[in-house]
Amino acid sequence: MRFNIRHESERFLPEKDIQACGLFGVMNIKGERFGGERAIKAIVNMKARGNGLGGGYAVYGLYPEYRDYYALHIMYQNKNLEAKKEVDRFLSNNFDIVYDEEVPTNPEADVMYPPLVWRYFVSPKKRGESKRLSDDDYVVAKVMHINTSIDDAYVFSSGKDMGVFKGVGFPEDVADFFMLDELYKGYLWTVHSRFPTNTPGWWGGAHPFSILDWTVVHNGEISSYGTNRRFLEMHGYFCTLFTDTEVMAYAVDLLMRRQGLPIEVVSKIFAAPMWDIIDYMDEKKRKLYSTLRMVYSPLLINGPFTVIVAHHGEMFGITDRIRLRPITAGAKGDFVFLSSEESAIRAVSPKLDLVWTPRGGEPVVVRLNKKDHLISLKESI
Amino acid sequence: MKTFLLPEFTIERRDERCIRCRVCERQCSQEGHYYDEELDTMFHREEVCVGCQRCVVFCPTNALVVRPHPSEYRPNANWTREKLQDLKKQAETGGVILTGSGNDKPYRIYWDHLVLNASQVTNPSIDPLREPMELRTFLGRKPDMLDIEISDEDVEIKSDLYPNLMIETPIVFSAMSYGAISYTAFKSLAMAAKEFGTLFNTGEGGLPKDMREKYGSNAIVQVASGRFGVDPEYLNVSAAVEIKIGQGAKPGIGGHLPGEKVSVNISETRMIPEGTDALSPAPQHDIYSIEDLSMLIYALKEATNYEKPVSVKIAAVHNVAAIASGIVRAGADIVAIDGLRGGTGAAPKIIRDNVGIPIELALAAVDKRLRDEGIRNKCSILIAGGIRCSGDVIKAIALGADAVYIGSPALIAMGCTLCQKCYTGKCAWGICTQDPYLTKRLNPEIASRRLVNLLRGWSHEIKEMLGGMGINAIESLRGNRDHLRGVGLEEWELNVLGVKGAGE
Repeated sequence: MRFNIRHESERFLPEKDIQACGLFGVMNIKGERFGGERAIKAIVNMKARGNGLGGGYAVYGLYPEYRDYYALHIMYQNKNLEAKKEVDRFLSNNFDIVYDEEVPTNPEADVMYPPLVWRYFVSPKKRGESKRLSDDDYVVAKVMHINTSIDDAYVFSSGKDMGVFKGVGFPEDVADFFMLDELYKGYLWTVHSRFPTNTPGWWGGAHPFSILDWTVVHNGEISSYGTNRRFLEMHGYFCTLFTDTEVMAYAVDLLMRRQGLPIEVVSKIFAAPMWDIIDYMDEKKRKLYSTLRMVYSPLLINGPFTVIVAHHGEMFGITDRIRLRPITAGAKGDFVFLSSEESAIRAVSPKLDLVWTPRGGEPVVVRLNKKDHLISLKESI
Repeated sequence: MKTFLLPEFTIERRDERCIRCRVCERQCSQEGHYYDEELDTMFHREEVCVGCQRCVVFCPTNALVVRPHPSEYRPNANWTREKLQDLKKQAETGGVILTGSGNDKPYRIYWDHLVLNASQVTNPSIDPLREPMELRTFLGRKPDMLDIEISDEDVEIKSDLYPNLMIETPIVFSAMSYGAISYTAFKSLAMAAKEFGTLFNTGEGGLPKDMREKYGSNAIVQVASGRFGVDPEYLNVSAAVEIKIGQGAKPGIGGHLPGEKVSVNISETRMIPEGTDALSPAPQHDIYSIEDLSMLIYALKEATNYEKPVSVKIAAVHNVAAIASGIVRAGADIVAIDGLRGGTGAAPKIIRDNVGIPIELALAAVDKRLRDEGIRNKCSILIAGGIRCSGDVIKAIALGADAVYIGSPALIAMGCTLCQKCYTGKCAWGICTQDPYLTKRLNPEIASRRLVNLLRGWSHEIKEMLGGMGINAIESLRGNRDHLRGVGLEEWELNVLGVKGAGE
């Protein structure tokens, strides 16, 4: 992410990951916590959208007892204990570790090459130069260090009161491995089933992608990848995983976390309205949208995609501006759902109050204690 | 002195077809055809023929064929016919050999070694006839970030924005001055640019007063080393101002418009006495360093109240990337780079054929340098010199250009056949001449329609190619080298272009 890797020539960049996928997200807008059954059942319903090479979950409201501490989920590939020793050393030098333990797993689960997964609850121990960094930026820098400098160690997630569980296998097998239906509760779950077309899965490469409490699950192939990547590089984000999702995640971090733009504006950067529409807007809107397109044109996400982005208190889903990949929204009581397919929503909540298909580029924004998701209902097809 | 030169072209007249209408005689500006009344026969002088094909196109019975002269010296890979002829010409005159148009030597054309991507399965291609496909482009400096204030439903932009040019296709007409080309050709470019929603560049010869009101807003006005035609109104009616440092056809040297071409109108527009030579010095004499350039950039911004983007045009030379970076840091909003194959109305042949580097490599190097330095968004890159078709345009954009300048393609659309005799002022097509008998051949209404057709045709093709790649806005291809692959290139060339080889 934000570290410096200059390539002598872009010719040497590794090949990009191409994939198609199934997505699902569910949130209780009153903030009540619930188990993983809904997410698991829904993604099982969309089994054909994955091929068993990756599945994963992001859960918010996961560790209320440790809510003030950054929860690091770290995997050690091949159960490499040397890597763990090095990470432990690195963490104790840079953080106060409040508690740590192995993430409990089910050895009977049908997954390939499971790694060792450990969780740490930490608070930053800033010294010298790093005192100038915000806690968040400090954590980002340390996470990036682990991901790029320590072999066989990879940070699944690093936010507070949330966590990512992911791996190689069908999503229900990954859930079985981490025993998500038995052990955990959260008020917001997103899940991803992966269908990579050109790379074998590795545990770190499954979705959701996460930094701090931001998670992204994504379905699509971004044709503008090269343009997006080079713009992000100028802002200090260096793509190392070579997936489309990585680009989405960094763009979200840049625009939303660092720049503080709301989803409603960011969605108009990712999926900008057509010029034919902008040209007929009223003066003020025309100026706003023209300027957004002019300044952020390198962050227009082109090609087919659906993405569900989440962080604490908020989840949003959006498709590309000509809606080449599907998304459906639904609501029942305090539950709001986003899904690649309506059938998956119906599978967990057969009687919905509302179900709608948002227009291309029109975000569905779900917020705690608000009814913001209804705004997109007006724009639905 | 008896000339030892071989004729360049031969003229074949199929007499059985000739109806003695004498069109060829009237159309030829070199006096290559003549009629003998007594014999009722057309004759020709092939030694004056430049191969412009005007007579061939206008012969109503297709009686004429003009082609390279078949007489040859003893074949010699080292001493080619061209080398021998040039040498003999100099032995006879003792001068510098002049030429027009762009470099015609077989330097590698990188466009022809780059291939584009298309979507299959994982990503649907898009049909531009059924879905929106956007080519609108903005040229100028962009802020690093927008400062946006949000209150309830209302979103307001707080950042100061820089002036930008909006064009409907990423193609702009290259700098060709009034003086070098005829008023009719100049006006045709202006009319086409206005109609299509793009820009033309005045070159260094000023903008005629009668065109300012109507076409100023589509004009990039040049400020070159001769400062011809520069006054406050000229700067302020324009869309943008361009400081011309160099030209791809003749990097490092100035220009020379002979006094014979400086008619009343040209003298008024250029603000020099009628009949005097218009000499553009090699350097701008107030720019001997990058800080001097910065002062001129800001002088022009002051003069235009910071309402116009300022472009700086340079020739592509060896360390073009570092120079471009300096230009951006000096405050330019647009960097225009003119490559080895860029055209000219007149240049010493030895310079045109030997100085500068190919635009493809220059572009790739400049784009990479500006990105590495984190200043790519502070300017737009316009490239010139060597664009021949829409495929070249789209490859240029994938390599990192914001838009391209086209000069030769526009002239060819109006009739030019690249005979390379622009410097003689005898263009039979009425483009590169000031002779009223010749310039009236070019009707701006018709010539501008040809130009608009060219822009429309290329834009359609660009949309098709974009759609094939699964992209529906040109900005998503800009610098997206992932969509290019090299074929038949050396490793170092792929590295400089930042493009993988096909199959990699």
